[in-house]
Amino acid sequence: MPNMSLNKVVMPEQDPKVRARNFEEVTLGYTADMAVEEAERCLNCKNMPCVNGCPVGVRIPEFIAKVKERDFAGAYEIIKSTNGLPAVCGRVCPQENQCEGKCVRGIKGEPVGIGRLERFVADYVMNGEAVPAKKPASNGKKVAVIGAGPAGLTCAGDLARLGYQVTIFEAFHVAGGVLMYGIPEFRLPKAIVQKEVNALKELGVEIMTNMVIGKVLSIDDIIDMGYEAAFIGSGAGLPNFMGIEGESLIGVCSANEYLTRINLMKGYLDDYATPVIKSKSVAVVGGGNVAMDAARSAMRMGAEHVYIVYRRSEEELPARKEEVHHAKEEGIEFMLLNNPVKINGDENGRVCSMQCIKMELGEPDESGRRRPQEVPGSEFDLEVDTVIMSIGTSPNPLIRRTTNGIEANKRGCLIVNEDMMTTRDGIYAGGDAVTGAATVILAMGAGKTAAASIDKYISSK
Amino acid sequence: MFKIVTKRALNDSVILMSVDAPFIAKKAQPGQFIIFRIDEKGERVPLTIADYDREKGTVTIIFQVAGKSTEQLSKLNEGDSILDFVGPLGVPTHVEEDAKSVCVIGGGVGCAIAYPQAKALHGRGIDTTVIAGFRSKDIVILEDEFRAASNELIITTDDGSYGKSGFVTTALEELITSGKKFDEVIAIGPVPMMKFVCSVTKKYDIKTTVSLNPIMIDGTGMCGGCRVTVGGETKYACVDGPDFDGHQVNFDELMKRNSTYREQEHACRMMAQAK
Repeated sequence: MPNMSLNKVVMPEQDPKVRARNFEEVTLGYTADMAVEEAERCLNCKNMPCVNGCPVGVRIPEFIAKVKERDFAGAYEIIKSTNGLPAVCGRVCPQENQCEGKCVRGIKGEPVGIGRLERFVADYVMNGEAVPAKKPASNGKKVAVIGAGPAGLTCAGDLARLGYQVTIFEAFHVAGGVLMYGIPEFRLPKAIVQKEVNALKELGVEIMTNMVIGKVLSIDDIIDMGYEAAFIGSGAGLPNFMGIEGESLIGVCSANEYLTRINLMKGYLDDYATPVIKSKSVAVVGGGNVAMDAARSAMRMGAEHVYIVYRRSEEELPARKEEVHHAKEEGIEFMLLNNPVKINGDENGRVCSMQCIKMELGEPDESGRRRPQEVPGSEFDLEVDTVIMSIGTSPNPLIRRTTNGIEANKRGCLIVNEDMMTTRDGIYAGGDAVTGAATVILAMGAGKTAAASIDKYISSK
Repeated sequence: MFKIVTKRALNDSVILMSVDAPFIAKKAQPGQFIIFRIDEKGERVPLTIADYDREKGTVTIIFQVAGKSTEQLSKLNEGDSILDFVGPLGVPTHVEEDAKSVCVIGGGVGCAIAYPQAKALHGRGIDTTVIAGFRSKDIVILEDEFRAASNELIITTDDGSYGKSGFVTTALEELITSGKKFDEVIAIGPVPMMKFVCSVTKKYDIKTTVSLNPIMIDGTGMCGGCRVTVGGETKYACVDGPDFDGHQVNFDELMKRNSTYREQEHACRMMAQAK
């Protein structure tokens, strides 16, 4: 008999008051018993709607069946066969819009906690005895991957499992991309990311850090070095600003800068040298996951007030519901239906307040969301000393500016066909470099598709 | 890991190092920069490339001890290694093909960056004048190198203890008023110096390129920390620069933004000295 409880087995969490001031992981994960109890809620539907909701096609009912049997290693093997980064996805995927959004149990009550189960299985296996990586026989063919973020890591892993000799060129000093510089420790511990990276190395993937492709080597250089194909997963790094008055004041930064200082450079730890701006009162502009990460980080850095300033209403917030919920629990103040007009500075050029205007929702726009419009005469000053802009990013221009034959659209996103091949033969691309800022799992899906296409391309040469 | 091949003190606080970095040495051009991270806990610090040797595979940096990271770097010796060394970043300096006469101005440790510019221009057969400004005689650097890389070298010191007394701007204006024609001026040094050079050249309508040194983390266009206002538009020094048209740069804003972490840097220095 399945477990017919309408609710997911509750996952233990740190107390909101405590965790709002530390960088340790917020959610603590299931125990084996909790995982088995939750797995019992799966009805093992024949048509597997959950699998259709997964960008990398994890065979969900199969792995959950193994959890029910307490065969956690077996469950891990099933997940790992299509998903290179299960410990990451179990934590940061927007499951409510994907697998769990399609779960039959969600029609009445909560869906099966697929993400939580995936995380449990990955953690259980990775914390235990090391799973010996089966290094496949090399086929002697070399493929280059540019960028060690979710798209690149996935593409590299899939190709390595097929026997390719893969080199990843990473611009930063450490592999992981947004998993290292963007998503905070309290949501995705960096040790977990590095375990996944090490697993790839065991598969034979070579990772060269400190290599900014487009500068130190061009795509042409790479092809000349004997790589038969290349995958570009360089991400969407360039932060957008609003273009309002006062954005150059001291105390205004992009969410990328703020989070990079804290996550990648570990500025929150006293013995690391990178400084982080000290704030009493912070406005984070934007309503996505990155905005939530920045706001919750600011709280942990010791701010007294942290505001999310977002021009639409709660319903339109692009962030995952769980992140919004956690942010509220931690004391983040949501100033919805407000838009910044300008940032005011003191005589030293430091931020002292941000002028906002109240908004209301009008008719739906082309995105289908109701268009926010200003309420005339409703301007007011919000007293803050720091403004963090989190209103999206654009693809990094370095590669497209320095590579012939690769075309991009007006927004700077690389153009690819259904096989993820760019306008240049043998050069593939995927992830945010193609779509503009999106999610970890969509980037992984793109890396996966590209790996299959690259295999087909090289095999048929 | 990137090995330090040579180390030489140019004065009490300015050090030259050449570092084994063959990939970078192969592609580096004047005006570009590298970012180093000394160890696991270090910052990412940008430094302009002072020279490179494509055959030996080395890149030369010249730096002044100014904060925790440069202090740490100064303590390393030949044979030691730097954990991370990435580049060449930024857009190389562009001087018009038909330029016949160029004035390169360096201020203090900025001379380290002015030097490869002078060397490249002089190597192209362009009439190259160098004005190198220092606070006083004891911190003069690269005099012989500049002499070999210029048609005329003027050294100025603020206190008159060596060369010509006064600021680089005075020397520049004297050259111009005495009839010297420059197609372009390249100015590299402290922000106030670049600002004042630009106000002189603007008066005489001479194209002026400056090399900016804003706050930066990644150097690839990702953090936005290095944004500067040029001609009313926001530009990123790491991918659009670090060279810009000096007549368009908002120097006052840059000076303010560069002070963002000053208190914390100061605290770091105090702690380093106390140790």
